[in-house]
Amino acid sequence: MKSRIGTVFRKEVLDNFRDRRSLMSALFFGPLFGPFLFAIMISFALDKHVSEVDEPLQLPVSGADNAPNLIAFLERSNTEIVKIEADLDSARIKVRDGEHDLALIIPAGFGENFSAGQPAVVRLVSDSANNNTAKDVRRARALLDAYQRRMGMLRLQARGLNPTTVMPVIVEDVDVSTPTGRSVILLGMMTYFVIFSMLMGGLYLAIDTTAGERERGSLEPLLTLPVPRSDLIIGKILATCVYMITSLAVTLLAFSVSLQFVPLEELGMTANFGPSVVIRIFLLMLPFALLGAALMTCVASFTKSYKEAQTYLTVVMLVPTLPILFAAIRTVKPDLSYMMVPSLSQHLIITDLMKAEPIPLAYPLVSMGSTLLLGLLLTALAARLYKREGILG
Amino acid sequence: MHGQAGAESIFRQFFRTYAMIEAGALSKSFGSVRALKDITFSAADGRITGLLGPNGAGKSTTLRILYTVLRPDTGRASVDGHDVVSDSLAARRSIGVLPHGAGLYPHLTARENITYYGRMHGIGNSALGRRVDELIALLDIGEFADRRAKGFSQGQRTKVALARALVHQPRNLLLDEPTNGLDVMATRALREMILRLRDTGICILFSSHVMQEVAALCDDIVIVGHGRVVAAGKPDEIRRQTGKSTLEEAFVAAIGTEEGLE
Repeated sequence: MKSRIGTVFRKEVLDNFRDRRSLMSALFFGPLFGPFLFAIMISFALDKHVSEVDEPLQLPVSGADNAPNLIAFLERSNTEIVKIEADLDSARIKVRDGEHDLALIIPAGFGENFSAGQPAVVRLVSDSANNNTAKDVRRARALLDAYQRRMGMLRLQARGLNPTTVMPVIVEDVDVSTPTGRSVILLGMMTYFVIFSMLMGGLYLAIDTTAGERERGSLEPLLTLPVPRSDLIIGKILATCVYMITSLAVTLLAFSVSLQFVPLEELGMTANFGPSVVIRIFLLMLPFALLGAALMTCVASFTKSYKEAQTYLTVVMLVPTLPILFAAIRTVKPDLSYMMVPSLSQHLIITDLMKAEPIPLAYPLVSMGSTLLLGLLLTALAARLYKREGILG
Repeated sequence: MHGQAGAESIFRQFFRTYAMIEAGALSKSFGSVRALKDITFSAADGRITGLLGPNGAGKSTTLRILYTVLRPDTGRASVDGHDVVSDSLAARRSIGVLPHGAGLYPHLTARENITYYGRMHGIGNSALGRRVDELIALLDIGEFADRRAKGFSQGQRTKVALARALVHQPRNLLLDEPTNGLDVMATRALREMILRLRDTGICILFSSHVMQEVAALCDDIVIVGHGRVVAAGKPDEIRRQTGKSTLEEAFVAAIGTEEGLE
């Protein structure tokens, strides 16, 4: 007897296509959510990054007249002095209440102490619990330190000493991250967005073809047809795959468009996201469609209702994040053994693709092979689950 | 006169011998609940057999075993000689099923719902188109044939589900409480349809908990109570078996309750 997989497949694709709500979520909200959020986040990071360098530091100063030399130094160092009148207590309140982000208080005796070669105290009032002002505080602090070092050196030189005597150790920062490497921290999240939108794309169909069909009462007559149950489940899983793959394509397209509008280069990043990389990511992710569809179908087969299936599958959608999270925390380097782990392998390869680093051919082959194998195993499991009497609920 | 009675008896003998649906000593438990204890009966071609019993007596479980979605714990059942467990695909090919609650696909039209089942039975496109048109005319579906099933009334859903069950011209039709939720007109239409189908020679087995319905429609009655067949045969045979003068009293006597009388 001829297989009915194709008949089931066509019906499920059509059925789901006509369900506007699920179609919108599968092909619109899911796939566009990632790129959109991504563009916003990068723009935001860009904004912060640029402001840190270019914008003058706004520094409220009380008693600026007590230290004209220091004020002149600050103004030369791209600082805009805002003169305020405050003593320590009132400045404390103003900073705590957010009227000022921070405040520098120069006491009246500053000049006297300074001239006498005594330590002259200035007070930098800040709220360390406020993350938004941390950057400004850091800048002010760095400037004051620089001023202090400079003054110290001048004094040593005035006394005929070599300033390096008081610098037994010098720390030099060597940052090895390349511009592309830096961008990967952000772009690494892309793998999850891609996986997430794929799962979203197939979510409704996976539920509808199992828990939904049972809840509507259409499963029972379906099972009385002279068609092996494995044909039914394979047709359904394949239909789910089609929506997941469509969702994948929409996501990648949206990413390649949205990344063009984000001036990554200003962040010192280059994202390698040309058409050839997009196509390679698409091919790499293809086997994941089967894995995701079969996994969701298996889980939904156990549930008693549409609602219950939705609840469980929301948890399932988090599972593929775990390996990515692991990779982010442990800074995992690509390795052949990691290629056996679905979602982790895709993440590592996509990250390398975007870094434009060379990838051994074995990596994508092992990744695709192991993902496909797990997908086939889960499909077989789904077919077994469908053969249980309990499937009728 | 004598010859006619003889022919009648030979005719009945023929159908008894070639009973199209047979259930022998079926039992089935769900956990600790023994839904079926001993169900034995047969349903013949060209006759309407009613499975009568109160709710929870085991009617649906019996039908579910016959249409192969459940397996019996013990006992055997066959449709047209095909065992429902060991040869379930062949058994399924010979039956049309209208399960409890029509269960249509809401996003497909009536026509698409019927066509889908036709395709699943492997009917070729041109033959299938003709067959679906016939069924739409036969069951008076035309008016809503190309509307999506989402907003259908219970009566409309039942008609489409019946058409779907008949699309492959099955020799046996199994209906689980088909008149449930139907209004008077829809019930009448469905009964007439069942009678017409009987006259084409197919075997019809349907379950009901309403005695009057079974009495009005069925040629043979199988009364089920607490997972057992308590009486079976033609209405007058059942009256004789139970020693009661009306079918109603016979039913009460057989079941031991008045449940199912309206």
